[in-house]
Amino acid sequence: MSIKVRYFASLKELLGRAEDMLEFDQALSVADVWVKATESTVMPDNTLAALNMEYVALDFVVSDGDEVAFFPPVTGGQYD
Amino acid sequence: MIKIVPVEFEPFSEVQAYQQQKHALRGQYGATNLFVGTMRDFNEGDSVKGMTLEHYPGMTEKQLELVVSEAEQQWALLDCLVIHRVGEVFPDDVLVLVAVWSVHRGDAFDASRFIMEALKSQVPFWKKELLEGNNRRWVAKNTDGYL
Repeated sequence: MSIKVRYFASLKELLGRAEDMLEFDQALSVADVWVKATESTVMPDNTLAALNMEYVALDFVVSDGDEVAFFPPVTGGQYD
Repeated sequence: MIKIVPVEFEPFSEVQAYQQQKHALRGQYGATNLFVGTMRDFNEGDSVKGMTLEHYPGMTEKQLELVVSEAEQQWALLDCLVIHRVGEVFPDDVLVLVAVWSVHRGDAFDASRFIMEALKSQVPFWKKELLEGNNRRWVAKNTDGYL
């Protein structure tokens, strides 16, 4: 099974890449995906995760073909 | 309607053009509320020369649709137009437009505020500022809209 893992904003800079393809053969949670894809990089505080473009908790289990994304809290535009 | 645009846009002509082609609105709306967000040249005590607005194509639109449909469930709205800029932006550039049409003003005022606040906390946009001296920094948090 395989999934696409994407990183945005400061996480993309931290990891030095925008995405990974991750192969796996047993059930993985979103948190497991981070550990495997980033080779155990410490996840920054307040990191958010999305599964197929919807917010998801880190303990959610992923399926073949999913797209998982990690990113920092969203900050909108500078218009406050 | 929701649009994410990588180039400058003029909010008032967008509203006018949108309204003109919406024949269903004619005679129905008593209130149009517009919020236009513009980039400042300062933030947190520093001069800001420019900014990169990053987004997550696909998810950004999906979450924005969700915010607008939540607003449509809570208030009696006739129509909404949200346009958000992405990419390289500069002070005085328009970054966001939220236009809401309703029969009565209360719904238009309240729904606009809701859409803006939800947009800032739920919709994937991230901003990286270019400061005087060419340092760059990610903006880590939003304000409450008053400070």
